[in-house]
Amino acid sequence: MAERHDTDMLFRALADPSRRRLLDLLHAHDGRTLNELCEHLDMTRQGVTQHLDLLEAANLIATVRRGREKLHFLNPVPLQEIYERWIAKFEKPRLKALSDLKRQLEKANG
Amino acid sequence: MARSTFVYVTYIRTTPERLWSALTDAEYMKQYWFGMHCESQWKAGSSWKLVSGDGQIFDAGEIVEAEPPRRLVIRWQHQNKPELKAEGDSLCTMELEPGESSVKLSITHTIERDPSKLIAAVSGGWPKILSNLKSLLESGSTVLQDPYPTAVSR
Repeated sequence: MAERHDTDMLFRALADPSRRRLLDLLHAHDGRTLNELCEHLDMTRQGVTQHLDLLEAANLIATVRRGREKLHFLNPVPLQEIYERWIAKFEKPRLKALSDLKRQLEKANG
Repeated sequence: MARSTFVYVTYIRTTPERLWSALTDAEYMKQYWFGMHCESQWKAGSSWKLVSGDGQIFDAGEIVEAEPPRRLVIRWQHQNKPELKAEGDSLCTMELEPGESSVKLSITHTIERDPSKLIAAVSGGWPKILSNLKSLLESGSTVLQDPYPTAVSR
């Protein structure tokens, strides 16, 4: 199934500290070139390229060509999908419990 | 010149024609854009505006390029908040590229200044809108009804 394949790629891409570091670097400053990203990682240029390719295949980064340069942008759309699919539904009951508690306490105070 | 840009990409299992229609049909849009919709004739040179559920104009501008069902470029200026309006025009480009089983939708939003409050403001909304659009087209329903889901049952 295409959907399962996408999700597997996404979690695999996130399951590596260097790739997560690359996402953090782009989050701090988007639209960087390979050279700029290499400066921040203790790794060969080839290694960084491989990580970037994997991140792009998982759709976590998007690239844009500008003249001879290739700029890398963080693409948060799949992270939003993980949030909706894997986080929101589990955290909602707890948030509801918290807000119920808040309401109870405030009623008691009033 | 300094510039701020974001590029958001999503792959949607649909056809370019359906996706184009989803991006330009006001009633359909309300379903995934948290009640907001765009008003335009969707032709190069025609005016464009983004209107909230209660009728406020949030952003306005014009269609720079319209090439259904492939490419749409909107000159986009915020209208509601003075500090965002003061930043002037931005450019929003939507590109639809058909693949084997899905369409790649890329949204690039650029303004010729860095940093930009407008880009910071709109970049937060797009992932939710695109995620809703994807699930609406693929499954017929959206996941998020509220753009700020942490504010449950206040």
